[in-house]
Amino acid sequence: MDERKYPPVTQVAMVSLALIIAGGIYLSANLPQHVSLAPAVILLALSALLMAGNLFSLTRVKGFAWERFFAVAKWSLLAYLVIGGMLEFVFVHNHVRGGTLVVLTLSLLVFAIHVPALMGFTVARYSQGA
Amino acid sequence: MVSIARDPASEPRPEAAHAGPPPAIPDFDIVPRVGLALAGVIVVTLIVVVATGGLWPLEFMHVVFGAGWTIIDLFLGFVIGPILGSLSVPARIEFTVRFMPKMVVLMPAIVTATLVAGWQLSTHLGTNLTSYPQHGWVVASMIVVGVMAIVALGLLEPANIAVLIELKKPRPNPQVIERLMKRFIYAAGVTGLMQVATFVIMTKLASS
Repeated sequence: MDERKYPPVTQVAMVSLALIIAGGIYLSANLPQHVSLAPAVILLALSALLMAGNLFSLTRVKGFAWERFFAVAKWSLLAYLVIGGMLEFVFVHNHVRGGTLVVLTLSLLVFAIHVPALMGFTVARYSQGA
Repeated sequence: MVSIARDPASEPRPEAAHAGPPPAIPDFDIVPRVGLALAGVIVVTLIVVVATGGLWPLEFMHVVFGAGWTIIDLFLGFVIGPILGSLSVPARIEFTVRFMPKMVVLMPAIVTATLVAGWQLSTHLGTNLTSYPQHGWVVASMIVVGVMAIVALGLLEPANIAVLIELKKPRPNPQVIERLMKRFIYAAGVTGLMQVATFVIMTKLASS
């Protein structure tokens, strides 16, 4: 088995997803009151930072199988954009507007990018790169 | 459907390659066309049900897909998982290439349908509002679903895809497959446990 050392991409991605979900639960749990968006924005920003850090850390891995990574990630991205689009439709249909909609949309974007990246990584780590 | 062509670059490193002849692996699609079509039907039906907003269709979608999700998780985590661990390697491979591709497409569709229909149902009935007497239980269900989503998206699905792609290689590495299958089965066990929590919450909400 390829025993190269990889950055903790899976663990970081799971924390990032947990932050996004926590933000979503915070907003949903307080309906119909208009609560401060600040906690959700902070959680989203932290999640996006972790995602950026995760992707950056992958670029530092020598000989990483990028071809295999993108082969998987692009199809996963398509699937998760469909799921994200479905959730966005529900938000709009339920008259979510303004800052809340922006936070939720950006959260879905982080979700739709990070999950495919994680799938691509899980496959590529067991493949030989260039 | 999504064909990841076998290429020399995907070969395990020489030091990782195992000795002996490669196990016989039946040909399979990582993402089966039929499953993709079924998932498409589920998504379109969901959009129509949400747009029309009828109580019965929402209830139907939530209960049917929620039951499917729960049964699959429990059965996989507590019945199939232990059996799979005791099978011979060829039997495990045979089962994996027939079972896992179905999971790749169906599970995301089933989970999305359950959650979207459940949220819409909750909106319809007003049970997701803070004024609902059992609001704490509803929030608890969101947390349980959140944990399941993190485990499923972070561990289950990536392991599922990775196993199938490994099996598509001309000489799959049994160590990689074993490691990923273990991860898949343990993760399924965790989501199975969370499904028990879902039972507690949903029966409490239904009887209040």
